[in-house]
Amino acid sequence: MQPNDPQVRWLKEPELGWTGKVYLPLFVEGMRTTLRHLVGPKLTVQSPEERHEIPEPLIYRGVHRLNRDEQGRVKCVACFLCATICPAHCIDIVAAPSPWPDRDKYPESFTIDELRCIYCGMCEEACPVQAIELTTLYDLTGKSREEMIFDKEKLLSVYDQTKDAEPIFQSWPLPAVSAEQENAQKK
Amino acid sequence: MDLLTTLEAGVKMVILFGGLMGAAAYLVLVERWVAAWIQDRLGPNRAGIPLTKIRLFGLGQPIADGGKFIFKEEFTPGHVEKVLYFLAPVVSLTAAVAVFAVVPFGEVEIFGYRLRLAVAPGVDVGLLYLVAVSGLGVLGVLLGGWASNNKYSLFGGIRSAAQLLSYEIPLGLALLGIVLAAGSLRLEEIVLWQAQTGLWNIFWQPLGFSLFFLAAFAEAGRLPFDMAEAEQELVGGYHTEYSGMKLMMYMVAEYLHMILASFLLVLVFFGGWHFWGLSGGEPAVAWPTALLRVLILLGKVLVVIWFFMVARWSWPRFRFDQIMHLAWYVLIPIGLVYVVGAAVLAEYGPDWAARLGLSLPLFMAAANWTIFLVVWVAAACLVPAHYDNRPLRGPIRPQAPAPETIP
Ligand code: SF4
Ligand code: SF4
Repeated sequence: MQPNDPQVRWLKEPELGWTGKVYLPLFVEGMRTTLRHLVGPKLTVQSPEERHEIPEPLIYRGVHRLNRDEQGRVKCVACFLCATICPAHCIDIVAAPSPWPDRDKYPESFTIDELRCIYCGMCEEACPVQAIELTTLYDLTGKSREEMIFDKEKLLSVYDQTKDAEPIFQSWPLPAVSAEQENAQKK
Repeated sequence: MDLLTTLEAGVKMVILFGGLMGAAAYLVLVERWVAAWIQDRLGPNRAGIPLTKIRLFGLGQPIADGGKFIFKEEFTPGHVEKVLYFLAPVVSLTAAVAVFAVVPFGEVEIFGYRLRLAVAPGVDVGLLYLVAVSGLGVLGVLLGGWASNNKYSLFGGIRSAAQLLSYEIPLGLALLGIVLAAGSLRLEEIVLWQAQTGLWNIFWQPLGFSLFFLAAFAEAGRLPFDMAEAEQELVGGYHTEYSGMKLMMYMVAEYLHMILASFLLVLVFFGGWHFWGLSGGEPAVAWPTALLRVLILLGKVLVVIWFFMVARWSWPRFRFDQIMHLAWYVLIPIGLVYVVGAAVLAEYGPDWAARLGLSLPLFMAAANWTIFLVVWVAAACLVPAHYDNRPLRGPIRPQAPAPETIP
């Protein structure tokens, strides 16, 4: 783009007032901000002795888990929505005909490469049956790459581990909205 | 030069060199702490005694850093100018260390022997030597940039050289004013003169102080003047291609520049080892007072260094054209005014003071403060409020032909 392009809008830098011209007041201003922070409270969390406090567990995006239904079966119906939407292509599902009467398919194997995952949480949003969720476990370590590829058992065990602290979030079906509320929203 | 003098100089050299290296290492830690606190963090606090749980507030960090630097791979790129590439950091560090030879810590009298606490005591051209040798540091920077054979390094080196050379001038002018007033180029005498009158130079030389202060910041290459290695713009400046010990030499040299600037500020403007009611004003004293003086000097230097560190996080970096503008259009003219003013005052000041019936220090202080205020206000009014470095408005290339005229 040329400087004389009609789309270029030329702005004028705001003029400095006398405080800026004399420089000292701004100098003092900058110093004051720095000094305030120098003695102010510190935000560092001394991990691993102290644990990072997660303000909103519901929207925190840590390690995945595969949820179980009331009978302890895997909730997933192998619809492949999560694998499709995953921008990192790190979910691998092998579907098989379901042994249970209430659904057609179930995942025979379900693996997530936790090293490739970018923890965007799209899989959680895509899932129609709330079968996959991101937990608040954030200190994920392993000694080999293979160890970090989580299979179905591992993901289910993450659920067993976290189900008391973080119950499954039911966003669907949506709570019924009364006629008055709907009208209020429209206004 | 007899054997004793040589021996004495040698011992002093070892102490000074060791002290400087230790100081540079630990100041890096302090700088990291200050930076962390200002950013609401805690800073390095883990490295203590290895293999134990003892942490000592992270005091082991410099040793760990040094060890890391020594054992790091020292990579020499294939495209560099070998000899200059190896020479450059050495030149930088040598210049930075050599300057400290004339920094005086006071004088002590032991068993009738007057021991002067400086590696090269009583150099008649002390200040001249200081300015000259610290100017040599530019050579190392420029050589490093050139020898790296890399355009970013070269830009960093050239920027740095331009900046350092420009700011040598106001620095020199500010010192010149002080020299005119004190009547000596020896740092010892400048300090002694302040100690005996009890009137530090900063109280009655505000213009010289502000000039020197700004120029010293720029000379030390610290933010807001860290053009040479503006990380965000030039990768790493002149030391982009350096690693391992050679990089460390550059870093240490840079730190020594900052320490030197602090020492100079303290010696020339903050009364050196003098503190009212504590140090006395005699040139040579017994060892307890001498020790106290050294501690006072170091304490003052630490305060100035601390200010350098805080300043780093307080103000944004200047643009390069702004830096050059500041040096050539603002500081150098002000410096000239200052030197002329100082010369006139040194020559006629006593006369005028007598005629007005004022005491000399009072008259000098009043005159200098007046000059300071006038110059500062004049600079504020004359200097443009912002420097526009955008391309001039209007066509810089012929307009594209209108579509209808194209056959
Ligand atoms: S969080 Fe994002 S990247 Fe990770 S598995 Fe889910 S969709 Fe893929
Ligand atoms: S979106 Fe949910 S149900 Fe569908 S495959 Fe993924 S986890 Fe299973």
